[in-house]
Amino acid sequence: MNTEILGIILIFLLSALLAWPLGKYMVKVFKGDKVWTDFMNPFEKLVFKLTGINPNKEMDWKQNLKAMLGLNAVFFTVAIAFLMLQGYHPFWNPNDFSNWDPTLAFNTAVSFTTNTNLQHYSGETGASYFTQLLVFCWLQFVSAATGIAVCALLFKGLLNKESSNLGNFFNLFLKTCTRILLPLAIILSLALTFNGTVSNFDGLQEVTTLEGDTQMVAGGPAAPMVSIKQLGTNGGGFFGPNSTHPFENPNYFTNILENIAILLIPMALVFAFGFYIKRRRIAMLFFGVMSLLFVSFVAISAYQEIQGNPAIHQLGIADAQPNLEGKEVRFGPAASSMWGVSTTSTSNGSVNSMHDSHTAISGGIFLLDMFINAIYGGVGVGFINFFVFVIIAVFIAGQMIGRTPDFLGKKIEAKEIKIAALVAILHPFLILVCTGLASYIVVNNSEIGWLNNPSFHGFSEMLYENSSAAANNGSGFEGLGDNTPFWNIMNGLTMLLGRFLPIIGPLAIVGSLAVKKQVPVTVGSLKLDSAAFGAVLISVILIIAALAFFPALALGPLAEYFTL
Amino acid sequence: MKNLKSYIIITLITMLVFGALYPLAMTGLGGLISPEGAEGKPIFKGETLIGYENVGQAFYSDKYFWSRPSAVDYDASSTGGSNYGNQSPDLLEEVQQRTEKLLQNNPGLEKSEIPVELITASGSGLDPHISKTAAMIQINRISEVRGIAKEDLTNLVNKHNEDALLGIFGPKDIVNVLKLNIALDEMSTEVTVENELK
Repeated sequence: MNTEILGIILIFLLSALLAWPLGKYMVKVFKGDKVWTDFMNPFEKLVFKLTGINPNKEMDWKQNLKAMLGLNAVFFTVAIAFLMLQGYHPFWNPNDFSNWDPTLAFNTAVSFTTNTNLQHYSGETGASYFTQLLVFCWLQFVSAATGIAVCALLFKGLLNKESSNLGNFFNLFLKTCTRILLPLAIILSLALTFNGTVSNFDGLQEVTTLEGDTQMVAGGPAAPMVSIKQLGTNGGGFFGPNSTHPFENPNYFTNILENIAILLIPMALVFAFGFYIKRRRIAMLFFGVMSLLFVSFVAISAYQEIQGNPAIHQLGIADAQPNLEGKEVRFGPAASSMWGVSTTSTSNGSVNSMHDSHTAISGGIFLLDMFINAIYGGVGVGFINFFVFVIIAVFIAGQMIGRTPDFLGKKIEAKEIKIAALVAILHPFLILVCTGLASYIVVNNSEIGWLNNPSFHGFSEMLYENSSAAANNGSGFEGLGDNTPFWNIMNGLTMLLGRFLPIIGPLAIVGSLAVKKQVPVTVGSLKLDSAAFGAVLISVILIIAALAFFPALALGPLAEYFTL
Repeated sequence: MKNLKSYIIITLITMLVFGALYPLAMTGLGGLISPEGAEGKPIFKGETLIGYENVGQAFYSDKYFWSRPSAVDYDASSTGGSNYGNQSPDLLEEVQQRTEKLLQNNPGLEKSEIPVELITASGSGLDPHISKTAAMIQINRISEVRGIAKEDLTNLVNKHNEDALLGIFGPKDIVNVLKLNIALDEMSTEVTVENELK
């Protein structure tokens, strides 16, 4: 078999294999069992002592929600202040970058707080090392830990028998940072450095090329940041073109490592769900549903990229050769598609090829991935999004067999379904309304110069940007001139709503389920681990995504495809 | 307000640990374990920094193997791709111009033989590689300009050919253009010395 295809199969298998033990380990951390990282205990205790927080205090969903929102509000405020005052940073600013424009600072502070990492700036030309590390690298840890901690609250709530105690957000948050993210990030950072991902504070270096020209090369402490950006599904690159840059992703081996890091924690959380509630078969079914969609998407995207760009073939050039515009030769088309699907399904948003230059169908797959936004999904929040689909599927399946729907022995009633439906509708609402607004402006101002590509692909650029913001993804069709007040503010608001409402809704559902009485399992109960329910679940996911987004997909990627 | 104070303390501590201590420890430790890697694998000629192993350079003289087109002209202080969609008129025009240029500069080259990476720009703008085929089609030109036998050049390219990872994973038969051209320069020096001896 083709070595490029073997390479992506390896990435998928290794990710799943490593996710299994990691899932087990994470459950131990969530439950407070004995783990090898217990040596972090004194540090954690010190933090709680200094803050006066009791990490063992039992909190219900509202108290936890308040803690999460309050803490994130402080993160955001600090981040925006640091960005707007970049010119005054006392050290780590070797290239003397100045203060940020307020709308860009707003957009970027939201972006990193919400685990999105949509970047309307370019790393090597706009952000000092101080900003990259003390703002971005820091937020990449704490925003990821926020998502994972909320997911752990959800696990606990589902297991509760008439108790409103979901655990303690602060405790879960800090332990996720110190015991899950930090050890993994250290291993990955060192492995990357060893392979040539830069890790220094040198600033710009002057190279005298063989041709005798001068090439200025930007370096920096990239390895530690690349490591956490992949593990925490953040995706914000140290350099402008993200992990296409040879200093972030120097060879095929680092590409394998980084791609695994993208998938690892999202996959592990699916398994963790099974270990936590001691129902492995359900977790396996969820994993199977997600993987079926994932593998199909990779296959379609890779096939299209290997087939190549028909517009170039029609010129009689490079006939039957793959599409390499925006791609690196060392990764090739297959690994670029694998990464593209990984990064859009997990709301990571880092790239190892330019998504704008992918074939129409491949770009459409990436969009679809972000529309669903729950195939493994972002750390923590991905599983929460998937949970919303599960609730809706349980409800529909319940209607089909004429029973009151229940999930893990908890009745799903009008209140839960209303919240789930609202959350499910929010996502298309944000994306379509913003894209409509942007399209209206473009059509009426032909000189506005946002779009790098005319026609259908230009529409796709705007659709992609809004989807990326709403899904907290962060990748882009980067041809879009997005550093304008309009895009900065609109995307900033979208990211905020797209991050916090889909956390608040499901937390409320779980808060309500947690205090309910367990209904006994009977022969008539819906079997969650059956193939039949798997089929219903896939249908629900596809129908919600397809119905809401088909018109937009038809105007963008599909129209582009059919005009070739 | 008591909560706010706790939040601010958590913020400051996590910022210190994950925004400063962690990256500092990683750059420090990384530099110890692999000084080469931490610096991005630089290549020196004497005291002069002539490049980085994985960072591509612009090659446009006839005496060198050409690298891929770059949307940023191999400016490694402001990198990126073209972000052209498949049907972009600009992309198609550039592709045609690059094709023309390759045909003009490479005697005996047929349009159908041109590998796609030589007419399309990479994502980073710094792609260090081309395929082995892309190196082979440039041999005629280089042989003429440098006066090195074609077989020797073919051997040189073969010597620099990179296999897939462990022989089975990822792209195979690719060549690092910078390393190839450094070897080419060394080879030329040897040829000149030999000629002078004769």
